[in-house]
Amino acid sequence: MSQVTVLGAWPSPYVYRVIWALKLKGVDYEYVEEDVLHNKSDRLLKYNPVHKKVPVLVHAGKPIAESAVILEYIEETWPQNPLLPKDPHQRALARFWIKFGEDKSAALFGFFMTEGEQQEKATKEGQEQLRILEEQGLGEKMFFGGDEIGMADLEFGWLAWWLDVMSEIAGVKVIDAESFPRLHAWIQRFKDISAIKEPLPDRSAMLTYFKGRRATFLALAKS
Amino acid sequence: MNPVHKKIPVLIHNGKPVCESLIIVQYIDEVWKDKAPLLPSDPYQRAQARFWADFIDKKLYDAGRKIWTTKGEEQEAAKKEYIEILKVLEELGDKPYFMGERLGFLDIALITFYSWFHAYETLGSFSIEAECPKLISWAKRCMQKESVSKSLADPKKLCEFLVEMKKRLGVE
Repeated sequence: MSQVTVLGAWPSPYVYRVIWALKLKGVDYEYVEEDVLHNKSDRLLKYNPVHKKVPVLVHAGKPIAESAVILEYIEETWPQNPLLPKDPHQRALARFWIKFGEDKSAALFGFFMTEGEQQEKATKEGQEQLRILEEQGLGEKMFFGGDEIGMADLEFGWLAWWLDVMSEIAGVKVIDAESFPRLHAWIQRFKDISAIKEPLPDRSAMLTYFKGRRATFLALAKS
Repeated sequence: MNPVHKKIPVLIHNGKPVCESLIIVQYIDEVWKDKAPLLPSDPYQRAQARFWADFIDKKLYDAGRKIWTTKGEEQEAAKKEYIEILKVLEELGDKPYFMGERLGFLDIALITFYSWFHAYETLGSFSIEAECPKLISWAKRCMQKESVSKSLADPKKLCEFLVEMKKRLGVE
């Protein structure tokens, strides 16, 4: 069997999309931790010279970068436990919401990078996007993928674990059961899946790490 | 048909909308799969096509916009950035089209920006062909196909459009 390697950084939700996809499909892989903030390895720079970021999937020596591109590759290479529907229109919808998640990430994460009045504004903007996501993306479905978890669920997986930590650190409540009932219910369902739950990073380690990140963002904003 | 973004393009097929241009192109490739495949069949090649299409979408539009909305040093920086992006794309291979012998997904992702080159060159006073001759010869190869040349916008009209936009936005 060809070697599968994931270059990642443990705090990054983007990396988990790839890990989850591989675990859901039962694909064995080797995980390699990269110090992306302070010391990018030659290997990372060789495998992702354009963006120099994680995640990178290396399969039989060939690298693929960008989590959305990697997910499509995983889906095509290991078709078991499909993460995309068969119907082209449904596939286009899944891809649409994945792109929505990427395009809106500045708005969605804004609350974490700001404080005071700016943070109030940023939180509202993020919640507006989450409202659209809840009503039009998720709707009445169990998962973004329908009855079963799919690629779009992995895209928004950060809402199920990272958002809570980031909200606590930033001192704002972005989602709760009353204001976003369907997203909240989806979060519980998503986290219950063992392939999702098992690799999740330790919460207290995340608190430490993201506290540091917020301090950095706020300092940068002031300078 | 596009309540989330309220943007074009939107493809409406059998009454159902598909939004976001590259997603639409993939949809077209999947529905009308028996003719002229746009993505390669090999998953790694497909990943390369998607990666570079994503790169184009992330970088090229904003970089181009900076050329006609700035002046002086800012504009010089914008021109340099634009050429750098095109040079990266130019290095992608020596085949007639990006992924091989036939025009495909990645060619489609980039060729639509070709119509804007003339406008940027005029407003930025520089020559893209001088810096990226391989890319321009690829573009001209694509333009030899009627499906491309008859559907792309007229570069002169685009230039006039940007001149008008500059006036309206007060960029001079």
